[in-house]
Amino acid sequence: MKIGIVVFPGSNCDMDVHYVFRKVLHTNTEFIWHKHNNLQDYDAIILPGGFTYGDRLRAGVIAAFSPVMKEVKRLATEGKPILGICNGFQILVESGLLPGAFMKNDSLKFVCKWINITVETNRTPFTYGLKLNHQISIPVANQEGRFFADPKTLKTLELNNQIIFKYHNDNPNGSVNAIAGISNMKGNVVGIMPHPERASENILNPFGNNDAILIFKSLLDYMDEQK
Amino acid sequence: MSLTQEEIIYLKDKLKRQPNDIELSIVQAEWSEHCSYKSSKPYIKLLPTEGKRVIIGPGHDAGVLDLGDGYVVTVHIESHNHPSVVEPYGGAATGVGGVIRDILSMGTRPIAIFDALRFGNIKKSNHAKWLFKHVVRGIADYGNCLGIPTIAGEVEFDNSFEHYCLVDVASIGIGKKEDIVTSHADNEDFVVLVGGSTGRDGIHGASFASKALEEENRAAVQIPDPFLEKLLIEATIEAINAKCVKAVKDLGGGGLSCCLSETADKIGKGIEVDISKVHVREEGMTDAELLNSESQERMLYIVDKPNMKQLFSIFDKYEINYSIIGKVKDHTNLVIKHNNDVIADMPASLVANAPLGNRITRVPEYVEQLKKVMKVSIPTDLNTILLNMLANPSIASKRYVYEQYDHEVGIRTIVKPGYGDASVLRLDNGKFLAFKLDGNSKQCFIDPYYGSMGCFAEACRNVIAVGAEPIGMVDHLQFGNPEDQEIFWTFTEVIRGISDYSRVMNIPCVGGKVSFYNESDNGPIKPSPVIGVIGLIDNVSQIRTSLIKENDLVLIIGLTKDEVGGSEYQEYIHGIVGGNVPKTNPSYDVRVMHTMLDLIKNDLIRSVHDCSKGGLAIALSEMCIVSNIGIEIDLANVPNECSRIDDLLFSESHSRFVITIKNNKLSNVIDLLENNNIHYGIVGEVTDNLIRFTQGGTNVVNVDVDKAADIWINTLEEIMEHG
Repeated sequence: MKIGIVVFPGSNCDMDVHYVFRKVLHTNTEFIWHKHNNLQDYDAIILPGGFTYGDRLRAGVIAAFSPVMKEVKRLATEGKPILGICNGFQILVESGLLPGAFMKNDSLKFVCKWINITVETNRTPFTYGLKLNHQISIPVANQEGRFFADPKTLKTLELNNQIIFKYHNDNPNGSVNAIAGISNMKGNVVGIMPHPERASENILNPFGNNDAILIFKSLLDYMDEQK
Repeated sequence: MSLTQEEIIYLKDKLKRQPNDIELSIVQAEWSEHCSYKSSKPYIKLLPTEGKRVIIGPGHDAGVLDLGDGYVVTVHIESHNHPSVVEPYGGAATGVGGVIRDILSMGTRPIAIFDALRFGNIKKSNHAKWLFKHVVRGIADYGNCLGIPTIAGEVEFDNSFEHYCLVDVASIGIGKKEDIVTSHADNEDFVVLVGGSTGRDGIHGASFASKALEEENRAAVQIPDPFLEKLLIEATIEAINAKCVKAVKDLGGGGLSCCLSETADKIGKGIEVDISKVHVREEGMTDAELLNSESQERMLYIVDKPNMKQLFSIFDKYEINYSIIGKVKDHTNLVIKHNNDVIADMPASLVANAPLGNRITRVPEYVEQLKKVMKVSIPTDLNTILLNMLANPSIASKRYVYEQYDHEVGIRTIVKPGYGDASVLRLDNGKFLAFKLDGNSKQCFIDPYYGSMGCFAEACRNVIAVGAEPIGMVDHLQFGNPEDQEIFWTFTEVIRGISDYSRVMNIPCVGGKVSFYNESDNGPIKPSPVIGVIGLIDNVSQIRTSLIKENDLVLIIGLTKDEVGGSEYQEYIHGIVGGNVPKTNPSYDVRVMHTMLDLIKNDLIRSVHDCSKGGLAIALSEMCIVSNIGIEIDLANVPNECSRIDDLLFSESHSRFVITIKNNKLSNVIDLLENNNIHYGIVGEVTDNLIRFTQGGTNVVNVDVDKAADIWINTLEEIMEHG
């Protein structure tokens, strides 16, 4: 089993995700430079957070055209698990792998704080081992983190069970319907705005549990099951 | 031309000829106060710089301390005051960029950013508010994009900064001892300029920063590009890991002029460059502009021929521009050519070492006048006073600031902003690092000696409070015009205060910066040293925060005196400047430090909070607010020499901590405190949901924690968004 973390120019959570998979979960994990165009060896792909291309034009829009994204799209149609975190989520949306769009936070400011999210469905590889409505304590850190979709798209997301995580009580960026994470129709491609890699160890979370690691553990369990 | 007549004569004497215009422009940049330290050099030598962990001390891009296990930490501090006053967003952002490149120049990866900011009265002045808002945003956008967490700092508001602001940024890096870049080079090695293209931004920025701010010279402010800086960081770390560079130097104040002359002087060799080879962003720049531009995100590398290909392949991977601009030579001159014409040729050591200014000091008259102040009567409603103090922007929670900073990226931030006196970072060798910046312009103005010593003492206490042993310090010393004898006196007093404390506490200075000419149409700033202290924690079990728990006993360590001179209470509530500034006794502080660390190492205390701005009342209130629980205190048991109740509550006497302990540890705690002859009082317990102070049964303060919390947590946001 091998996890690939795509590194774009300006990615800055790549090493953090790598640390959690390698040091905490003892999983074979590699960095993939964005010019790479063969991902055949990898069983799951993570697009980490950061400011790819300095968020110029719009967060994630330039990285969506990186050579590696063609291959990410191919893996997505193959049904391989793909997770975009924060800027990675924005890239997935910009590349059309996930619906919706992102706007500036309603505060018009960058926001970094700990909040709670709830698990809305466990049909994805990343929520596979989680209970519905389970609360996870986790930090957000974003400037254009306000997820938006028109009423028709929202309806589709709801009907197909594509809303994966919601903010609990405190919505830090004004995202529509308090959405914190969604998936594609099939459920194998997931985007999440908060940072599970920052809440995967007890020592990092003064506010409670390290349940965010269950998102990554779910993936490992899911892949085990597939084999 | 900012060179003085004497300096031009000195230059002619040394060159034994008339310097040409290009040479004069190079020397002007390098001999600016900003780059040369010509006023401060004889004095900063007085700071103790030696210690068992010091690998590289002051005078380099960053100080280097040994962490053990083959790891080192690098630390540096810079300010970007003039630029931030003119263009707060770009000025503050490029300030972050500069200090980050200093950390990088040592071969270490920057892992944290810290900021110390000073503004005017944001409650009254929209201009001060505008500066504050955009400085914070500038730091946020730059640091967040780099993925380097901004994890701690301090903000002070003072009327004296009305048309000005101070923006100090510090950074810490970590690396392996063997990877430290100690600049060396050999004949015919290549000099490579990497990163941002050179343009007309920041022309003569160093000279601009070396005189009072008379006009808004926007061309002297640089333009930030954090994305390029991020690529530079990754490329530099990759090059250092591949061991393919010999020297790395960042381009900051003074641009190429300073970078080339300082590098040549440091490696003890000559450097010959062809200025026409520099990659530029605009056509038609003059040679002097090319040499003095302070365009950002540029680094200079020295590489030998065998490693060149590998180095360039790294730059190509990150799509970073570079140009080979020259070579290292077997002489000691800095030679600048344009194509084949030599346009400047001077000994590098002459350029890099300005003749020192001979500054004169005179005790300002105000110092004596400020010693005596009018006494106000003791306010009757101390509840309202406490709530007003919590709404003082200098004291209120800085959540508005730190929530705009990504303080979690890097997954090292163990103690988060707002929860401890210093933030704590996880290191790669299983240890932890604490760092805190502190300043106090109000007290340094009234008494620069004790004021500066107090800033140092407070930074130490903050680091000790989270369980760390202080291992080194950096200082950033900011004043008005050093040619003013009274201002220069305050500078010498600050140096004396810091040196005396450093010597007794045995905490060496590993780096710093001096910034003069911080003046606007409003006059000079108050003397504003900012001290950063680094502390080391061996074990996770030794980390402490200010979170208290129900039924904890509350103890006060240290003695409270009638020391409200320069306090937030006296200045913010009563509008009085002057009086008796808190005086710390370094030898007592050594004992307190060791005792506190012993208490923590023996797991005798649960929570700690330093007692400083706002005094005892604020320290206790803050603990209640962050822990969402009440406290009941009998002030009669606080060790004190106070003549009045408001002084007891709000005096900012040094050497004090609030600690809370479990009941069953009390006798052990008392033993340790008494053995070390430390003042202490068992003053109350954690209970209920009120902040309640009594004195021998009489009610003094009685405030709802929720009410206090609402004010303390939301004040800054309210002022900034709706005020």
